[in-house]
Amino acid sequence: MPDVLTVLPELILALGAMGLLMIGVFNQDKSFGLLNWLASGLFLAAFITMIATSSGRVTAFGGLFITDDFALFMKTVILTGAIFALGLSGQYLRERGIARFEYPVLIVLAVLGMMMMVSANDLLSLYIGLELQSLSLYILAAFNRDKLRSSEAGLKYFVLGALSSGLMLYGISLIYGFSGSTSFEAIAAYGAGDGANAIGLIFGIVFLISGLAFKVSAVPFHMWTPDVYEGAPTPVTAFFGIAPKVAAMALFIRALIVPFPDLVDQWQQVVIALSVASMVLGAFAALMQTNIKRLMAYSSIAHMGYALTGLATGTIDGVQGVLVYMAIYMVMTAGTFALILSMRRKDGLTEDIADLAGLAKSRPALAAAMAILMFSMAGIPLLAGFFAKLYVFLAVVNAGLYWLAVVGFVTSTVGAVYYLRIVKLMYFDEPNETIEPLKDRGIATVGFVSAALNSPLHLVLIWPLTVAAGVAAQSLF
Amino acid sequence: MADWPILTALLLVPLFGALLILSIRGESDQVKQNIRYVAMFTTLAELLLAVIMWIMFDVGEAGFQLVEDHAWIGESIRYKLGVDGISMLFIVLTAFLMPLCILASWQSVTRRVKDYMIAFLVMETLMIGVFSALDVFLFYIFFEGGLIPMFLIIGVWGGVRRIYASFKFFLYTLLGSLLMLVAILWMYLDAGTADIPTLLDADFPVHVQTWLWLAFFASFAVKMPMWPVHTWLPDAHVEAPTAGSVILAGVMLKMGGYGFLRFSIPMFPEASETLMWLVFGLSMVAVVYTSLVALVQEDMKKLIAYSSIAHMGFVTIGIFALNPQGVEGGIFQMLSHGVVSAALFLCVGVVYDRLHTREISRYGGLVNIMPKYALVFMIFAMASVGLPGTSGFVGEFLALTGAYLADSRVAFVAALGVILAAAYMLYLYRRIFFGALLKEDLKALRDLNGREIAIFVPLIAVVLWMGFYPKPFLDVINPSVEALLRAHQVSIAAPIADPLDAQAAEPALDDQ
Repeated sequence: MPDVLTVLPELILALGAMGLLMIGVFNQDKSFGLLNWLASGLFLAAFITMIATSSGRVTAFGGLFITDDFALFMKTVILTGAIFALGLSGQYLRERGIARFEYPVLIVLAVLGMMMMVSANDLLSLYIGLELQSLSLYILAAFNRDKLRSSEAGLKYFVLGALSSGLMLYGISLIYGFSGSTSFEAIAAYGAGDGANAIGLIFGIVFLISGLAFKVSAVPFHMWTPDVYEGAPTPVTAFFGIAPKVAAMALFIRALIVPFPDLVDQWQQVVIALSVASMVLGAFAALMQTNIKRLMAYSSIAHMGYALTGLATGTIDGVQGVLVYMAIYMVMTAGTFALILSMRRKDGLTEDIADLAGLAKSRPALAAAMAILMFSMAGIPLLAGFFAKLYVFLAVVNAGLYWLAVVGFVTSTVGAVYYLRIVKLMYFDEPNETIEPLKDRGIATVGFVSAALNSPLHLVLIWPLTVAAGVAAQSLF
Repeated sequence: MADWPILTALLLVPLFGALLILSIRGESDQVKQNIRYVAMFTTLAELLLAVIMWIMFDVGEAGFQLVEDHAWIGESIRYKLGVDGISMLFIVLTAFLMPLCILASWQSVTRRVKDYMIAFLVMETLMIGVFSALDVFLFYIFFEGGLIPMFLIIGVWGGVRRIYASFKFFLYTLLGSLLMLVAILWMYLDAGTADIPTLLDADFPVHVQTWLWLAFFASFAVKMPMWPVHTWLPDAHVEAPTAGSVILAGVMLKMGGYGFLRFSIPMFPEASETLMWLVFGLSMVAVVYTSLVALVQEDMKKLIAYSSIAHMGFVTIGIFALNPQGVEGGIFQMLSHGVVSAALFLCVGVVYDRLHTREISRYGGLVNIMPKYALVFMIFAMASVGLPGTSGFVGEFLALTGAYLADSRVAFVAALGVILAAAYMLYLYRRIFFGALLKEDLKALRDLNGREIAIFVPLIAVVLWMGFYPKPFLDVINPSVEALLRAHQVSIAAPIADPLDAQAAEPALDDQ
């Protein structure tokens, strides 16, 4: 029975998803709006149960599943992000006639997978959570199945995702073969000591990291990101940008810190390489983009690079930095996508960055919110994005990786160029076509809440966030 | 200790004004006028507060005063404000220039007045924050946050090449500042505190000091700007609207010099001593080279922009002479340049508003129809040259004395700059004002109106006050400078004990 209590939030989501499916089957697509609300309610219920039942570090099902402060923090971010994503979905899907009842069900299942990933304490539960999430996401990417680009995105994501799952499974089998266990604690005990046993594990780690890097879209496993971002329906892209990245990063952290604490020196090099490559490619490749969704894809690659620098330190404050980063990143991304979804002209939604020209004149509030988010993404002080970078680089400097911090700051200057370009278009250029006023309340709420959280208001909120992240990071070590 | 938090009030008043303006709705001319009045009254209230602060300031006290200290992000990153003799007058300078900026934009800015005024008021808060922050992170946030409103001011209300200029300005400063941030992170981790007064006493290992010094230098040299990273300045100045140039030249450039005094010299004394020649060398080049460049400019604003770089060369020479005359001269020169260059940009604004060109050759013989304007321009040109009796003289004289004490060769080269300054300013003056009034469109120009006179009278008063009776200013500056240099001498004389290296290796955050 205590085992069941530990997974109560996940159970709520699992049973809730079944319930939603039932309602959907009987009422067909006209229940879409209702299901959307119910799904948000489920997330809220899961969140409340999670907080109410949280009691420090508890393992369940023979150590397969764990809840601790780290899981609590990450799940909070994920659930909040999922609620944001649902708030963004309605209008877009309805207009395109793809407001099908499966959408909220798939989102709930994907979130369930993410919660499992965050709480995985064993390579097997890790893989199950990951696959549950991924399968839901493949379908979501191809949700607009009559559109060529959406199907293409889904297929591409599926093929490459399957490849990465294969790589990861191979890594898991190597790790299992050498250490004789799939439990994180047992692997840690095996790898401890002088590292004589390590060589086989290191092979396994490299494959495991490859799979994980695919999920967070770190270079060189990023190829799918721009195409999938561009091809998937925009609310789905928003969801991709928000929740799975956070879950995958949580998995990345736990799957390296907990089972391989004594091999930090080994995996650190790999993570540093991934992060440098992501920061550089994310910054430079985004410069030439004209489609805002592709731009966001490269921007997310760069952001993952910055977050990974924190993990590369392998220290508590490094992990704390990553957690702060992911929380702020989630809010920034949700807001930016809300604003992208409100870029609407007479003939429908636009994805062309050039259409933002003169937005400050036609829609001053929207432009101001977008400008706040862009400056925040660029990491300029006064806005929340600065603290995201500050904390990871604080840990990086503390770990003595000065050159990594310098690379990070130089690439963020390059990155600033494309965020500034958007501000320039909105504020400095003359409008060519007016963006229509926004009617959907969900999108407006998400957009402006996120902009408000990123505005200088964050200066009072940043301390509680830091403390929470610190407690969460502490629980891993 | 302050009875009431005047520095916080100084930060909040402009923000309050900005919020008030934000809440004003409408597009009519009457609404725009109201917005201008709100901005005007806010900045005047701010000026009044700044004067009160000066009165509350205990002259003769070297340490930080009017300190406010509250926990912010944990215990180690704090919301701490305070002023000393070095920073106090910069706040007054900022508050003094702001109402003039608003007044100068009264008629020239008709587009998006609301956004314009909000940007300026936010800018004012950030600039005052830079000079009053006593926590490195707080300082950094203000220092860097100022980029956003300035970027928008240049980009939205600027001239033809405004987009190029705004990007160049933003990216140059951002890159420099981020290197400084790495150094700040290191210092914070090493000393375990972000508190500036505590960091002033921290002894950093000598070999690290050089790196930290260079990282800070990257930021302040760009901001200052020093040759060869000055190239953003002429572009930004030329493209910015008049009031934007005033703020750039009057206040933002001073952040670099202030940074040298607040961080580089007291925190890295050994490095400052060894790298003194780097600063001297670059400053000497700047003084001579940019003066020569100023001589051949065709654009009035560009000429003044280059002269700013030359004048900032005097400032850096004075500051790094590391003697009381030099440092006080440097600070005084910054204050003086803040007023004089601001005034010169406003002067350019006067004719630009009438004829919409800044090309020098389009003018000539203006003295015949605009005698008041010619007089005003003359006073500021002379102050820029450093004529005795104007503020420019006091600053340059002290800075050159300091340079002479440090090294006579430096003083010799810098003195060349004074001569060249006279050359380009007088040449500019002759081309604009003297000669026959030949061009037809010039004949219709009106002389200064009441609003413009109201802008220039306080500036002239301050320039002459600083020139004839600089004592009130120097009295404020002196104790803090003396203390700064005493501390500098002590840390140069005492060799740093080695155990500090061991301490440096111990990361400060590990105890979490």
